[in-house]
Amino acid sequence: MPLLNIEQLNKSFHLHQFGGKQIVGCSGINLTLDHGEFIGITGKSGAGKSTILKCIYRTYIPTSGSMYYESDSYGTIDLARAGEREMIEIRQKEIGYVSQFLKLLPRVTAQDAVIQELVATGCPKERAEGEARSMLRHFGLAESLWDTYPNTFSGGEKLRLNLAAAMVKRPKFLLLDEPTASLDNGSKEAVRDMILDLKRQGTSMMGIFHDLEFMEKVVDQEFSMQSGSITGGRTA
Amino acid sequence: MDEMLSVRQLMKTYGKGCPACLDLTGPDHGRNMCPVCGTIVACADVSLDVYPGEVLGIVGESGSGKSTLVKTLYFDEEPTAGEFYLRSYEDGVPNLYDLSSRKKRWVRNHQMGMVYQNPHLGLRLDHSAGGNIAEKLLMAGNYHVGSIRERAVQLLEKTDIPITRMDDLPRYFSGGMQQRVQISKAMANNPPLLLLDEVTTGLDVSVQANVLDLIREIQRELGVSMIVVSHDFSVIRMLTNRTIVMKNGRIVEQGLTDQIMEDPQHAYTQLLINSLL
Repeated sequence: MPLLNIEQLNKSFHLHQFGGKQIVGCSGINLTLDHGEFIGITGKSGAGKSTILKCIYRTYIPTSGSMYYESDSYGTIDLARAGEREMIEIRQKEIGYVSQFLKLLPRVTAQDAVIQELVATGCPKERAEGEARSMLRHFGLAESLWDTYPNTFSGGEKLRLNLAAAMVKRPKFLLLDEPTASLDNGSKEAVRDMILDLKRQGTSMMGIFHDLEFMEKVVDQEFSMQSGSITGGRTA
Repeated sequence: MDEMLSVRQLMKTYGKGCPACLDLTGPDHGRNMCPVCGTIVACADVSLDVYPGEVLGIVGESGSGKSTLVKTLYFDEEPTAGEFYLRSYEDGVPNLYDLSSRKKRWVRNHQMGMVYQNPHLGLRLDHSAGGNIAEKLLMAGNYHVGSIRERAVQLLEKTDIPITRMDDLPRYFSGGMQQRVQISKAMANNPPLLLLDEVTTGLDVSVQANVLDLIREIQRELGVSMIVVSHDFSVIRMLTNRTIVMKNGRIVEQGLTDQIMEDPQHAYTQLLINSLL
């Protein structure tokens, strides 16, 4: 059994305010992700790459199709139809999501944000503190920022914090939505090192990248998208 | 029972009612007054579950029935029909609405805390802050003066009210302080369920932040289940994992909070999201 098997996934948005206008996010998507594998998706903005990731994470409700996922807690489960409670549990313990946009809670320091992610999985506080620090250090977030609120961070700092918060849990499955979008080369390498490290530990990943060159070094399969459909793919 | 609380087919109407009431009101008609008999259908067909340690959000514009719903859960209002089960009360077997009023009072005093938008509903403004907390403790059968005082100090410290103000009247407190005293009072008996009705509405943003942080801290440290009613999506986003959207007394949509905000399904939810500043 693969970790994730997406069959005929369609997502369209029905806009009531605009006379029921339909916007197609993605259509006819078929993908299979094996355990420990990394799939990369490329394509222009608006091609539907994020739509797939958000359907998996269930920030979007798929319009049709199925996404069978091998969950530790629930066995084989169709994420397209999973209950809200199941999704909350799976998000907390199994699937991480890193986006180019930071959505952290206000008035939580950078360090606490990372600690809280770990504590939510049941990790004791002392251990969480140690791991949070080493993760922040790995991504090169200046130590002077750890005790401050991230809302004033630069784009790259926010992204690094986001990566630290998602990766500290060493999730079973990680969704990466342009995780290197606003990073300099040194930081990109830190991300790549962490991705390779997580991969060695068995984390499966699906990621969207701008930077093809960077991506080719880490992915096992690569797909390209255009107007909501997968138009090409190859195995690295 | 896995759920902390379960509500089934809750309905509250004001008026004599007629067979057409439910068919002619609700979001499809855009009204909650029955055009035949004039009855107000404040809420109807409401079923929901809250799991232990979970925070459930309820959003909707004023008049959507969300406050009526929580007031019915706190027994402030008698429902017209419906079932309400609480796991912490006799393993969730009896429908709480069938209990005697004495038993309802017991459930309310021991198992629930409520924080209202308007502090004068939740507090006696002319009784000291400490006295307000004592009242809640006394209602739950705690008569030991020393331990009451000790608990009051503990709660006020927790909610950042200077102990020197303990014997002052909440009437002379700022809005944010009054809200924090209300939260202290609601939490006095460590209830497993906390109901919060528009608790930050009308407060300055910095005070609002302070109250929200307090609620989040209580949730994180004590794992209390909560129902948070608000018309403000930023409050809902900050506090909840799951959200229910109400309009004209009915639930129009429910889902994961980020899904409600990024992929709203119902026309009304889309309108609400598009109305965000």
